[in-house]
Amino acid sequence: MKMNIKIWRQAFQTTRGNFQTYILENMDDNMSFLEMLDVLNEKILHEGGDPVSFSHDCREGICGSCGVVINGRVHGPLQGVTTCQIYMRHLKHYKTLVIEPWRARAFPIIKDLVTDRQAFDRILQAGGYISINTGGIPDANATPIGRHIADQAFAAASCIGCGACVAACPNASANLFVSAKISHLAFLPQGQPEKNHRVESMLKAMDKEGFGNCSNTAACEFECPKGITLKNIAKLNREYFEALFRSSLEEHPTHPHHGKGDEVAHAAFHDTHEK
Amino acid sequence: MNKLNPNTPDGNLANKWKDQLFNFKLVNPANKRKFDIIVIGCGLAGSSAAASLAELGYNIKIFTYHDSPRRAHSIAAQGGINAAKNYQNDGDNVHRLFYDTIKGGDFRSREANVHRLAEISEKIIDQCVAQGVPFARDYGGHLDNRSFGGAQVSRTFYAKGQTGQQLLLGAYGALNRQIHKKKVTVYNYHEMLDLVVIDGKAVGVVTRDLRTGEISSHAAHAIVLASGGYSNIFYLSTNAKASNATAIWRAHKKGAFFANPCFTQIHPTCIPASGHYQSKLTLMSESLRNDGRVWVPKKKNDGRYPEQIPQNERDYFLERKYPSFGNLVPRDVAARNIKEVCDEGFGVGSTGLAVYLDFEDAIKRLGEEEIESKYGNLFEMYELITGDDPFVTPMKIYPAAHYTMGGLWVDYNLMSTIPGLFVLGEANFSDHGANRLGASALMQGLADGYFVIPYTLGNYLATANVGKPDVQSPEFKEAEKSISTETGKMLASNGTTTPDEIHRKLGEIMRDYVGMARNAAGLKIANAEIQKLKQEFKNNLKISMQSENLNDSLEKAGRVKDFLELAELMAEDALQRNESCGGHFRTEYQTPEGEALRNDRKFAHVSAWEYIGKNKQHKLHIEKLKFEYIKLSSRSYK
Ligand code: SF4
Ligand code: FES
Repeated sequence: MKMNIKIWRQAFQTTRGNFQTYILENMDDNMSFLEMLDVLNEKILHEGGDPVSFSHDCREGICGSCGVVINGRVHGPLQGVTTCQIYMRHLKHYKTLVIEPWRARAFPIIKDLVTDRQAFDRILQAGGYISINTGGIPDANATPIGRHIADQAFAAASCIGCGACVAACPNASANLFVSAKISHLAFLPQGQPEKNHRVESMLKAMDKEGFGNCSNTAACEFECPKGITLKNIAKLNREYFEALFRSSLEEHPTHPHHGKGDEVAHAAFHDTHEK
Repeated sequence: MNKLNPNTPDGNLANKWKDQLFNFKLVNPANKRKFDIIVIGCGLAGSSAAASLAELGYNIKIFTYHDSPRRAHSIAAQGGINAAKNYQNDGDNVHRLFYDTIKGGDFRSREANVHRLAEISEKIIDQCVAQGVPFARDYGGHLDNRSFGGAQVSRTFYAKGQTGQQLLLGAYGALNRQIHKKKVTVYNYHEMLDLVVIDGKAVGVVTRDLRTGEISSHAAHAIVLASGGYSNIFYLSTNAKASNATAIWRAHKKGAFFANPCFTQIHPTCIPASGHYQSKLTLMSESLRNDGRVWVPKKKNDGRYPEQIPQNERDYFLERKYPSFGNLVPRDVAARNIKEVCDEGFGVGSTGLAVYLDFEDAIKRLGEEEIESKYGNLFEMYELITGDDPFVTPMKIYPAAHYTMGGLWVDYNLMSTIPGLFVLGEANFSDHGANRLGASALMQGLADGYFVIPYTLGNYLATANVGKPDVQSPEFKEAEKSISTETGKMLASNGTTTPDEIHRKLGEIMRDYVGMARNAAGLKIANAEIQKLKQEFKNNLKISMQSENLNDSLEKAGRVKDFLELAELMAEDALQRNESCGGHFRTEYQTPEGEALRNDRKFAHVSAWEYIGKNKQHKLHIEKLKFEYIKLSSRSYK
């Protein structure tokens, strides 16, 4: 297999980038896409150049490090896989591969194909967890959780934080990513006490990072390598409106619907978010 | 040979940890915030430690070379996590988990540590469930279990084939919460390049920012290393590409003894390599051996498709040789048997270096749907990589380097031979002896991080009287300077061999001579070859000189340099241990049936190596292993 490899090269975040074309020959069907980049990099290095930087680590689709756009498709032309799970046999009908980094305001390019996705971490830091300390926990089987619920929570929790949803979205929205974490925790009984605060706080953090708004193009769902569905965004919206509704109730404590359950939830919220 | 003291508390095995907890000195809550702690690595052990210590009030700085703590390689663990919950009512208990682990490790681990691990195991599951880890459940809503190699009970908790991911995201959540509270500061893209020791105590690290090349010093009252294992010394392994030994090796060179470096685990079920460009190997979870049956054709070099080979012409060699454990023998036993049948010419596939792992019977017994729900994502992964569908044709598998039981020596309190330097998870040597059982790595990482270090580190701080170190002190400056010089030297080298080429070559040496089967002659060859490669590195290295930003080749070169030195020590350790045990199989020492032959009289000990200077032989120290509660027996899975 012989191919033209056209890659985005950019030395720094602040410098201008451009495409450079390389030619690779003798590629094997069973070579992974990233192994193709390895081979290219060894070649560049031997010729005295600077190899192409790209993110990768586990190379088995679970760490979420890798991610480039190949011929216009986020994580390449296959559905349901990460960049590291693309093999040259999947690409052999192309004469040229055009390889670009994620493009989104909230993910600045560090170098070549490497983008800075730390914005995702900051969103999760704002509330993507259950507030418990280590130790003093009741037995794991004390609260049964229906298999169906557990499976749904698991499906949402399998997001790998790769950022493909943002890269695929015409608005560079992070809604799918955020909704995956919100759903994961909102499905579980353990996630209930903080659910209102969580969604508000995470969405606020998301806005601050400069991600765009969701306009329901569903490109994210289509390109997500882990099958995170739009249902999660629907759930996110429900959770958000419910939270808004609750907090409007909390401003009017005499409201007739403000029952005992809310006080418990409210107390839990304050417990876990001590200033 | 000097003797090492593990500081194991006295008293009855089952009470040691409880007594120890009571005897520990505590740091007054108000004083905790006066102490700074550095954590290196953010996998299960590092993240859980950082979060738990921060909850107590200490100030934590955590360092990772990744762009986010969530990328740590723990994320890739597939199968599960053990705990002696006995939810299946199949007779499990703490003592049984303890016994299985000691036996699985071929009687080369410390009784007291392993017992503590088994005791803590139950609490880990409670903790993770409370964090929202979505473990698999049965229809009644209770936690489900599966069994793993080396155990006859079902004690493994799992989340499909993504248990490591879910546990890590749990710990990462706990960490994020503390970052939000400003009790933890996280340094992404930072690689630890040196440990700073002042007055014999570990008080800081020097790091390099991978984006800018900036070298900086960080001081603390104690350091926690949780930087993982060194399987990537084999180049092809199941580890993530960046996993490396640099943090532990550099700490070793500052005085931390390295224990049992030759104890490495080769995982039996990985997808075989397909070509010279192969960059890593992908594991297929051990849990598959619950339902998959391992076989080869009875005829050598049988060219037929597996479907064409009738039952009576197949050799289910694990079931045949080990009737009571069958396909679920421990990893080392399975891996060695697979290698043997392939060496004898029974292997399958284009290279002959593979055996079948077949689900035909399980699919008949349980139905496709059940198999899909148990192993769905593993089957998909397999199909993606190889193009074959395991529902239709059996998987092909072959062993690959996966885990390192060896690591920095630690005492009962997880402290290394440098006071103030604690080592957790795969980076230490402690609990798995000469072979780790499946689903025990996650257990150990989280036990160390959540439930051991918060107490033992507190005791150290309460008693050691460490003053607040200063990054301006000469020790820090010297370390910074030596790193700059080292980096400068590498950047100036203008040879022709790339770090990857040297690394690949090293991997071949390690695989051929320090891999699944070793012998004295081979180990000596390995040493000679490593020396040559070290010269090649010194005189003929080629890295990119153009980048002032991320520089992969420079990072790799630094790591390969450390691997080369560690490789030498591994070979030396393997040569010195004149016995076979667990993953360390010396062909000279085997029973007539070809099983590992231990020599308990001479080698029931931990070999801990001291670095005493460049180009000097390492010095060997011995920690005798006392077995008071378990009778040493020859490990049999027949
Ligand atoms: S939602 Fe999907 S595409 Fe977005 S970060 Fe998660 S796994 Fe990646
Ligand atoms: S490299 Fe880990 S997901 Fe691709």
